[in-house]
Amino acid sequence: MNSRTLKYVLKRILLAIVTVWVVITVTFFVMHAVPGGPFMGEKAISAAAQASLEAKYGLDKPLIEQYFTYLKDIVTRFDFGPSLKQRGRMVIDIIADGMKTSAKLGVIAACLAALCGIPLGAVAALRRNKLIDKVIMVITTAFVSMPSFIMGSLLLVFFAIRLAVLPANGSTPAGLVLPIITLALYPMAYITRLTRSSMLDVLGQDYIRTAKAKGVSGVKIIFGHALKNSLIPVITYFGPMLAYIVTGSLVVEQIFAVPGIGRAFVSSITNRDYPMVMGTTIVLAVLIVVMNLLSDILYKLVDPRINLD
Amino acid sequence: MSRKFTMHVDMDDFIPATEEEKAYIVQMRPSSTFFRDGMKRLLKNQVATVSLIIILVITLGSIFIPMFWPYSYDNMLGVTQGKPVDASYNNLAPFTYGRTEQKLIESGEKVFPHIFGTDSAGRDYFIRVVYGTRISLAVGFFASIIVLIIGLTVGSIAGYCGGKVDLIIMRIVDIIYSLPDMLMVILLASVLKMTLGPALAGTALEKIGSNIISLFIVFGVLYWVSMSRLIRGQILSLREQEYVLASHAAGARGSWIIRKHLLPNCISVVIISTALQIPNAIFTESYLSFLGLGVNAPMPSLGSLASDALNGLSSYPYRMVIPAVVISLIVLSLNLFGDGLRDAFDPKLKT
Repeated sequence: MNSRTLKYVLKRILLAIVTVWVVITVTFFVMHAVPGGPFMGEKAISAAAQASLEAKYGLDKPLIEQYFTYLKDIVTRFDFGPSLKQRGRMVIDIIADGMKTSAKLGVIAACLAALCGIPLGAVAALRRNKLIDKVIMVITTAFVSMPSFIMGSLLLVFFAIRLAVLPANGSTPAGLVLPIITLALYPMAYITRLTRSSMLDVLGQDYIRTAKAKGVSGVKIIFGHALKNSLIPVITYFGPMLAYIVTGSLVVEQIFAVPGIGRAFVSSITNRDYPMVMGTTIVLAVLIVVMNLLSDILYKLVDPRINLD
Repeated sequence: MSRKFTMHVDMDDFIPATEEEKAYIVQMRPSSTFFRDGMKRLLKNQVATVSLIIILVITLGSIFIPMFWPYSYDNMLGVTQGKPVDASYNNLAPFTYGRTEQKLIESGEKVFPHIFGTDSAGRDYFIRVVYGTRISLAVGFFASIIVLIIGLTVGSIAGYCGGKVDLIIMRIVDIIYSLPDMLMVILLASVLKMTLGPALAGTALEKIGSNIISLFIVFGVLYWVSMSRLIRGQILSLREQEYVLASHAAGARGSWIIRKHLLPNCISVVIISTALQIPNAIFTESYLSFLGLGVNAPMPSLGSLASDALNGLSSYPYRMVIPAVVISLIVLSLNLFGDGLRDAFDPKLKT
């Protein structure tokens, strides 16, 4: 790693840290700007009870002091405080619980997307303007322009209700099949299109012609030269793909009733469970920022020619 | 070589041009402008033309159909003042009628059909889809305009001023750009939904609904960054072009350079990215509506219609399929049209 790359990496890490700090700060102050406060709930409680509740959760202190306590707890202990609606549970425990299911869902979906998308894109590029290329492009264009909740609902109607081959409820392992497919289709379509266009770009390069002229076999050209080089832009998509999967899982887990972090997040918004909303936003944001950081740095390391400033 | 230094006029230079020579300066066809050229390329592109027609049909339909349709989006057909609720109107299948309507038909009167049936509250579903389309399109359009205005202002300030101003603006842009946008959108939308409602009560904005306003605010806060980056980059690179320098050298004034060189080269990129922003906004709106953070009930949007349909999915799947198809059609044709625009008006970007 030369000094310029190192400088770039350090700059990106610094930006990521600032971004996470901005997320925490925005989340904190935005949530505290909501009128009424968390205990102005459904049933009226006495002033004394409210005061003691506020003292217990540290809500009677000045806002700025609360902010620094919150920041310190996160940085030193990953502590987002207790949940207001699920009594006796810490926010971080609920998040960790939901993460188990959601991470499984997300990782399988991401792998599926990459494993199907890259070969499909390569095939489309190698058979450019042939029937198979056109079919692949039409299907992926349709997938790219369909919101995840619509995709999920259509899959639910078709496979779980009409054909009844797969369960609609996502709390069992078999029930995770449909949510995984729903989450994987959009990134798969995107990776296919990305691989196709970068493969076409690479196939037009001089070194491919040189390899051909030297008599290198077709298979070796495709796998050794073309595919390897055309995957570089695909690396940059890993960060955005994770962001898509995280936000997609919010609705997909809702549709298929998957007991994951997305559903916990959405229900905490409707329940006004503030510490839970803040905690989940921050954890998911950190996840996305870190993934973006990693994919950018990886991109730079794989191809040092790229100037990313 | 001595000829060069004499004052003698060479009369050969002044003979009238022959017909053959005149033919060189005859214009073979009228000179084309940048805009006309682009339009010609755009109309040649069949995919883009078909997309444009679909967009126009959907837009005009969503504007004009509610004007003459006999039902309205919030009219519960089974509810008449002073009478018990007529439940026969709820959940009608397509082209079926409620009890009182059937009586009218038997007595020989004509009743306008419910093309898509009615929803669980007895509202004509077709008009709700049309209205939802109108709302979604309007939200997409205005959100893009907001993004355009903010992005254009900030981007041109950064590009024009340069130096420290540029540096500070671009650092802020970098940070906003790396924020996870959807999470921030959800957070802001859910908070604004609670804070804006009381604040707007009694004003003219109340009719639009706090949720749509908060959606616009969210777009204004978060999505201008890529637009401003784009415009800054454009201005920076265009300012240094040789033809701008050449124009300067030929004595052109600033206003001429801006009108003839900078704007035509910049505007196509701006229009294209605004056009591509619309499907993005529609996507976000439907996503938020699906999570219950979208438009206020009883106003429908395509996302909220799909979300409502989730409850009766096993019995009435078409109620999910119809808004789903409309939304995909809009987003798809806008994307394809945007691509066509880019190919037609910005040949340099073509891949």
